[in-house]
Amino acid sequence: MNLFNIFSEIEQSDPEIYDRLDNRRKAMKQFANVTGKVALASIPFALGSMFQKASASPTSPSDIIIDTLNFALTLEYLESEFYKKAVASGIIPAGNALSALTVIRDHEVAHVNFLKTAITQAGATPVSFTAASFDFTAKGTFPGVFSDYGTLLAVAQTFEDTGVRAYKGQAPNLISNNAYLTAALRIHSVEARHAAHLREMRKAHGSLVPAGVDVKPWITLNQSGIGSPAVQASYDGEENVTQAGVMITNIGGQQISAAAASEAFDEPLTKEQITAIVTPFFA
Amino acid sequence: MSDTESSKEELILANEGLEKAFSRRKFFGIMGAGTAIMVTAAACRKDHGGNMNGGVNLGSGDIGILNYAYALEQLEAAFYTAVIDTPYSGISTMEMSYLKDVRDHEVAHREFFKAALSTKAIQALEVNFSAIDFTSRTSVLGTAKAFEDLGVSAYNGAGQLLVDPGLLGLAGKIVSVEARHAALIRDLITPGSFGDMTAVDAMGLDLVRAPKEVLSIAGAYLKTKLNANNLPTS
Repeated sequence: MNLFNIFSEIEQSDPEIYDRLDNRRKAMKQFANVTGKVALASIPFALGSMFQKASASPTSPSDIIIDTLNFALTLEYLESEFYKKAVASGIIPAGNALSALTVIRDHEVAHVNFLKTAITQAGATPVSFTAASFDFTAKGTFPGVFSDYGTLLAVAQTFEDTGVRAYKGQAPNLISNNAYLTAALRIHSVEARHAAHLREMRKAHGSLVPAGVDVKPWITLNQSGIGSPAVQASYDGEENVTQAGVMITNIGGQQISAAAASEAFDEPLTKEQITAIVTPFFA
Repeated sequence: MSDTESSKEELILANEGLEKAFSRRKFFGIMGAGTAIMVTAAACRKDHGGNMNGGVNLGSGDIGILNYAYALEQLEAAFYTAVIDTPYSGISTMEMSYLKDVRDHEVAHREFFKAALSTKAIQALEVNFSAIDFTSRTSVLGTAKAFEDLGVSAYNGAGQLLVDPGLLGLAGKIVSVEARHAALIRDLITPGSFGDMTAVDAMGLDLVRAPKEVLSIAGAYLKTKLNANNLPTS
């Protein structure tokens, strides 16, 4: 999947890219805030930084924002094609379960359409995938993904929790563009709503939930709540209880367990980590 | 104290309070190159300085946004603390367990912002829950739903107001947990309403609100008045 190597290519060819993007953002903020004649002196600096572009060689993309949106679109295709097949599988109980998965499918399809439109309107080319692009058994790891309801829910939960971590990791790449950043954040929280609901469904159904494990709408420590080591990479790191150097467990003299401290903050994953997780699902 | 002096003071205090909490490189990168211009810009906007409108001043820039989040987390934490202290009649074991978790998460968020903001943190806020009937499941869960959806919309709207990508990442860690809460509470009220059309629009996008809108809603539950005049607006 060369697509997923885009960021590391940029980083390798231009190690200062993130610093410079920070500067662009900062410059735009300052430009917007600047008033009065004294501050006019800062305008050349602001303009120069605002229009500073990432290096554009023939093999590297010209805009990290487009690549971030295309990365998001790739993950949305993965999810939308998954739920299309899931809803059509005939193994989801009619009623609340089928309704919920249909709602989620519709959201994921809407995300694909939204991102395609956003990328096209930005003058770039959206990536494109079809049902045939994916192997939802993950090369045989989940053979029952569309024949066993418990497996289907487990894969769905993993996709949603992973999607939340992916958007969280990529959002800072969009900080220089308010419209794209806000849209990405609004998709991010929808994925979290999905994750919570699928976790409720798995708790109620009970299949593939290890003995003694309580599957909650939030992620406790690094527990997947799924009796398969194949999904563990999507949960590693969620046990973190230190945020920005602040220990959350029992913070401020409050009785906050390590479990609660880990649940209270979801953790991001890098593009490389996400890529490693989803690659088996590509045919 | 003049506005220029108070702006300088604010930046210095911000430095001290956040230095240990955030990436030194990123933070000083922003403050280093931007300080002179930011102070100048602040000096040109005297009409926005101080507490002329009354109320607790949330502050400006990223500090202001963090205090805005801190205010909302104070509200949520106070609410769930009261819910657990005086559970509604007929509360189930599962509901009690979930709501205790949510209380712990919100208390953790509140304490995190307090610690991270250090000397720049706003005061503890006084809440006004007179409109909530804590004995009623409908009233409590209805309020919880409103607060969680409000929190999601607030963080979604605040992201673009932050300058430091590290802080944006931190806000992202919290907002998805608020969204998980919102989904659960909604499902407790009406199964399957985790992401219905009152939360997610036809494009698949979640709620988003600007600080002024959020605070006008939250203000009904706060005795302490908040002054958001210095918050960034873009």
